[in-house]
Parts: sequence; structure tokens; C-alpha cells
Amino acid sequence: MSLEKPYLDVPGTTIFDADQSRQGYWLNQFCMSLMKAGNRARFKANERAYLDEWKMSEEQKQAVLARDLNRCIELGGNIYFLSKIGATDGRSFQQMAGSMTGMTEEEYRDMMVKGGRSIEGNRYLGEDGDAQPHRQPQGAAGRTKGA
Amino acid sequence: MAKITASVYTSHVPAIGAALDLGKSGEPYWKKVFDGYEFSKTWLKENKPDVIFLVFNDHATSFSLDLIPTFAIGTAADFAPADEGWGPRPVPEVIGHPRLAAHIAQSVIQQDFDLTIVNKMDVDHGLTVPLSLMCGQPQAWPCPVIPFAVNVVQYPVPSGARCFALGQAIRRAVESYDEPLKVQIWGTGGMSHQLQGARAGLINAAWDNAFLDRLIADPKGLSTMPHIEYVREAGSEGIELVMWLIARGAMADVAGGPPPTVVHRFFHVPASNTAVGHLILDNAA
Repeated sequence: MSLEKPYLDVPGTTIFDADQSRQGYWLNQFCMSLMKAGNRARFKANERAYLDEWKMSEEQKQAVLARDLNRCIELGGNIYFLSKIGATDGRSFQQMAGSMTGMTEEEYRDMMVKGGRSIEGNRYLGEDGDAQPHRQPQGAAGRTKGA
Repeated sequence: MAKITASVYTSHVPAIGAALDLGKSGEPYWKKVFDGYEFSKTWLKENKPDVIFLVFNDHATSFSLDLIPTFAIGTAADFAPADEGWGPRPVPEVIGHPRLAAHIAQSVIQQDFDLTIVNKMDVDHGLTVPLSLMCGQPQAWPCPVIPFAVNVVQYPVPSGARCFALGQAIRRAVESYDEPLKVQIWGTGGMSHQLQGARAGLINAAWDNAFLDRLIADPKGLSTMPHIEYVREAGSEGIELVMWLIARGAMADVAGGPPPTVVHRFFHVPASNTAVGHLILDNAA
């Protein structure tokens, strides 16, 4: 019997469930290792060499090197673990969250100050809200898309 | 006999802790958040409990993917503020209450909730930010704290109904303790927020305020809300709100007593990525 997953029709959202967790185990455990200052220093000194110490897939390693958080999440990463990479880089949760939308830091911050992203059109896949797949990337990245 | 005197509910956004620690609490952006807690700080001083039972979640700090307990009770004598990658917050050590914690663990497990018992745990912003919001920046926290960690990171998290029933079991456990302690129970996390993907930054103020209304007036009905509604309406990380139902379940009215008094209510958007919600409910004397 397959797992019940009623959350697959929420746009722009990946739920960190048992399948994602299984796939992302080593990616997330690598992130946990960055909570130690010595490991942060070794990672910064040679990212590729440090990543090669972990049983991560090549796709996961490339996603970390590119700091592509959306790809990391797709490959089993969870934001609370991935935030350790952000901390290593000196980035806040807001900078990390914003980076996943295509908006600049200023655009994302402005959106939050104005009350955040609206739920309207963003409850179900197939609606027309700003988090829907056909409207990505948002903000500056969207405006320069294909330019 | 010990008793639950009040419950407190609040978001626990890490940036709030950082703002306080870095001396930014007077800046207009942050002042709007901290102003909502001015009343609460005075209230806590005037209604100081002997113990705070603090329901929170660990954010991949003490619990990695090696160990994912659904409900974990901290029974240690003390708990150090964790280094979450930015260095530990400059806040006091958290002093536990091992005797009451052990009593609650035994009683609640005997009521069929299979708790994990934790004798060593660093505590992250999920626990220390609520203390900072309610206490400011003291040299020591006002009383011992029993940390109670809930898994809301890996899906499925416990259901609202399970959390609500657990709160009732905690109330019975506290009331069977032999010392006359005043215990507050705090539920933390939320409100609407999403930290990932194209929908990052989601805020649903109407839903949040309806949640507060129902938490006050109809917690039993609210506890039947399925996970998917939290995720869809309040964002993937908004599901932290199930933890508020543990604190609410411990209030007297749920066990047939009088309804609680709403002492304070506050809502503000934003703190970083998140809607900040805060309630204080007092058990009628």
C-alpha cells in the first residue's frame, strides 16, 4: 500500500516526509556537521573535498556547491538542515527563503513588510497565484528570464 | 497538589532572538513585535510560576535525522542554549525541574503517550526565543523550565487531536504531583509561515486570526483540523501550530472547569518570514 500524501497538490511546496527524508539523509547529515566550527572551516577551505567525505549523490553535491536550495529540497534536503549552510555563509533565514523565489533580497523583504505572500491563488496547483509553476521565477529573476 | 495556572502561546522566530541579542529591539521594524509583549512581561512578573512547561520544537539542532522523537520530555537538571551555526545565543542557561519532569514522564506514559525521555539536550531558538519575549534579558530565567520537544520537522507530525489529548494527560500528571507548585504551560511556534520553495513568504492573517479565535473558544473542534489544512493555509512550517493544542488541552475548561480568561492577545506581520501570534489564557481561580 502506498503512503497517503494529500499535500502533493500544494504549489511551490515540498513536504519533508519519510520518502524525502530517506533520500536526503546524508545531505541533511552533512548540513548538521556544519554546526561545528572546525567542520565549517574545513568545508569553506575546500567545499568539494569536504562534500566527498559524505555518501551524498553527485546531484546533491552539485546542488550544495551551487547553493541551489530548491534543488537541495527536491533531492531530500530540509530547510532546517539546509539553514546550517546558510549560517556557514553568513546568510539569514530570510535571505535563504527569498533566494528560493527568484526575488532579490529587497523584493522579498518588501513583500514581507507589506504583509507577506497572499494565499489567494496559491492553495492548489492549477490556480493562478504567484507561487504557481508557470509564474516562476518571480521578481528580478523572472523579469530577466529569456533576456 | 500542583496546578496549571495559565497557558501562554507565542511564535518563536529565530530573527526575534537575533534582534534582541544584537540590540535592535528599538528599531521600528522590531519595536512593533516587542511592543506586543510589553504587557506580557509585566504579567509574567506579577504571575510568576514555579515551573514553566515549555512545548517547542527542535529545528535540526539537538535531534538530527539520526533520532526523531515525536514527543520528548527534558528531565535534566539544566539545558545549554545551542549553537545553531551562528554561535549560542547570549542567554541564561535553562534550569530544569528533574523531579516534576520525571513525575510527568511517568504519569503521561502510564496514560498511553509514549514519550521519549531526554537527559541531555541543548535547546535552540524554539525554546529560548519565547523566554526572551516573555522575560526580556534577565541574568537568569525567572523559574525552572521543563522543555518538551515535538517533532514538527519530518512529516507526519502528531495530529492536532493527539496533541490536544496529550495536553489533557499533562494536566492530570501535574495535578497528581505532591508539591503545591504553580505551573504554566507554554505552546510555541507558528503562526503562518513557509520557508521553502516558490511559495516562501506565505502569510495568511485571516486564517491565523480564525485559529486564535477557535483556540480560545473551540479548542476541541480546532483539534480535529487535518494536517493538510495547516500546510495549505498556513504554509509548510505553519504546521508548528499543532503544538499550541498541547498547551490548550491542559487548561481547566477542557476537564470540565470554567473557561479561561483571555488576558492578552497580539498579532503582527511580519517578523522575518513569519506571522507573530501571541495569547495568554489564565485559568479562572
